[in-house]
Amino acid sequence: MATSKEEFEARLQEFVGLEIGAPEVGADLVNEPMIRHWCEVMEDRNPVYTDPAAAKDSVHGGIVAPPTMLQTWILDGFDMATPEKQPMNKQRELHAVFNEQGYTGVVATNCDQSYDRYLTPGEQVSGTTVIETISEEKATAIGIGYFIETRTTFRNQDGEQVGWMVFRVLKFKPSAQPAAAPAGDDGAPAAPVRLRAPRTHDNGWWWNKIDEGELHIQKCGECGVLRHPPRPMCGECRSIEWTSIISTGKGVINSYVIMHHPPIPGYGFPIACALIDLEEGTRIISNVVGCDLDEVHIGMKVSLSIENVDDEMKLPLFKPAQ
Amino acid sequence: MPTTLKNEAAIVGVGQTEYSKNSGRSEVQLACEATKAAIMDAGIAPSDVDGMVTFTLDTTDDIEIARAVGIGELTFFSRTPHGGGAAVGIVHQAAMAVATGAAKYVVCYRALNGRSGQRYSEGVSGNIVTSDLIHWSYYMPFGLMTPASWVALITQRYMHETGSKPEDLAQVCITQRDHAVKNPAAFFYQKPLSLDDYMNARMIVDPLRLYDCCQETDGASAVIVTTPERARDLDAGSAVIRGIAQGAGSEQEVMTSFYRDSISEIREMDVVARECYRVSGLGPDDIDAAIVYDAFSSIVLMQLESFGFCKTGEAKDFVQDGNVGLGGRLPINTHGGQLSEAYIHGVNGVIEGVRLIRGDSINQPPKSDHVLVTAGIGVPTSGMILGKPD
Ligand SMILES: [Zn+2]
Repeated sequence: MATSKEEFEARLQEFVGLEIGAPEVGADLVNEPMIRHWCEVMEDRNPVYTDPAAAKDSVHGGIVAPPTMLQTWILDGFDMATPEKQPMNKQRELHAVFNEQGYTGVVATNCDQSYDRYLTPGEQVSGTTVIETISEEKATAIGIGYFIETRTTFRNQDGEQVGWMVFRVLKFKPSAQPAAAPAGDDGAPAAPVRLRAPRTHDNGWWWNKIDEGELHIQKCGECGVLRHPPRPMCGECRSIEWTSIISTGKGVINSYVIMHHPPIPGYGFPIACALIDLEEGTRIISNVVGCDLDEVHIGMKVSLSIENVDDEMKLPLFKPAQ
Repeated sequence: MPTTLKNEAAIVGVGQTEYSKNSGRSEVQLACEATKAAIMDAGIAPSDVDGMVTFTLDTTDDIEIARAVGIGELTFFSRTPHGGGAAVGIVHQAAMAVATGAAKYVVCYRALNGRSGQRYSEGVSGNIVTSDLIHWSYYMPFGLMTPASWVALITQRYMHETGSKPEDLAQVCITQRDHAVKNPAAFFYQKPLSLDDYMNARMIVDPLRLYDCCQETDGASAVIVTTPERARDLDAGSAVIRGIAQGAGSEQEVMTSFYRDSISEIREMDVVARECYRVSGLGPDDIDAAIVYDAFSSIVLMQLESFGFCKTGEAKDFVQDGNVGLGGRLPINTHGGQLSEAYIHGVNGVIEGVRLIRGDSINQPPKSDHVLVTAGIGVPTSGMILGKPD
């Protein structure tokens, strides 16, 4: 369906200010078993949530629910996993409008919550959600799209407001090649990249050589001993004179690890980090690439490949030797 | 003047906050609470304290605590660098101070919101403002940037050279968990660990799994150091320092000593072991129990070898033969250690060392005349041997 951008955006704006549907009411009242499950999973050991005696002696005078459970009291049960079982509402209609135009991706970007008071067992929570704003089209790191903000107001069975939540999602056209775009003026995050090596007087020259595509090893200008990582004085003869040689890049893995957790943005974990014995006699830390992670082993012969890991940074990486 | 620190200092008071994942209060407050508790345990007045030592990593200034706790004047204050390597180093500073008369009663403290505040598991970031900047540049771009990753690299080599298996690391974790199960202060109180639990937990940095890694904890620990003579006048039980030392090895870096002939050697702890035995005149056979620094399970194995409890490469057999459990030759980490009690950068272990000497550990072994306490490895470190007062 061919639609001009003006027509499309006009259709979007028709949704702004609408309640998405009838208030959502959870299947269960605020109750102690669900509170206990939550506390166990969240490792929250505050006794006012689970220990009736301690709670009775507290300022609450009895068990209360953790405030951060607010939204759980109105969530659908297992049907959430089956979209076709979900009744149509204005929010889903809005997403369908986006999907028709190719904005098929959705990612949650922000969630702000505010709690008016603690909830107690026996209360029934309902939530009324309004589509509050839809942004202009934005270019983000994961594709172009629109930010949608909804505001949910939570009330108890007597209509008393107990809290609210503003939820922001990006509805976007997934781009084939995620671009390493800088942060947009809307503050959307850029695609993460690896941390840069800080460069100073003592190590900047070595990284500059990597930029030029060469792996250097510092060499004492007096006694000729090789050293890595670079440092300003020779531990053998205390000379501050130094030069450098270009490594052949041939080496053997002395030890290695597979990085899993915590996942650090920009690195594409899991990856192999290895300590490599270079044939010149010095060692270097690097990544082993170009083979399956379970092929990496102590004693494996590897060879250097200086490669771009993103638009700006070159790194000396190692591959299985041919 | 003493020529060594043998029997020149004693720990006379211990104090701690609860250990949690979210203290809900400042590190300053935690430090004050632990300091106050240690002073009360020692049975001295706050105004008796005239010296304070902590880690360079600690965010709470000595004088903040001195004001809050009503300590008053100080004649000695110092800080010890290199992360967990300072766990006993702070006691070493205090021992030298009381032995020389620079101070009479010294508080050694460590307070951190290690879970709810800055988390050490996150490792280094680009925002470094010290000379560390050059050092970390060779690791950060490759992703080797967390404590687990640095220790995993030497662990992989150690396991390769010694034939140690995941089951051997698991034995350390399960033994310590058994101890924590009985310790109400421990995070893993009443939560035993099975071999299946261990093996099925997620990989953090292969070869280290989840339970090979210490916790992140909010809390504070503090101890009071004075001379054995003053200690005799106090009602609190004391632990006398028989030998104590700091140590950095050759080719030492902070956590990345990857350029030694063998990276599976922990030369810094070899130095500490040699010096502790030299100063005390004791040997491995004299040690009845040990608090072995356990940021990661594998470094427990390495330290058992450094201190000569078994031969190089045989720690796996030593732990599998039941030597480190409560009924064994050398019960270790009777509080559960940092794997299973709490991670207060090893100072909770100093407290447990004192309890073992006093005879009031929750897991008190039958014999505890001499107790070894060690600090972090992979960094310039420290250790001590505690004994009973004469
Ligand atoms: Zn030289």
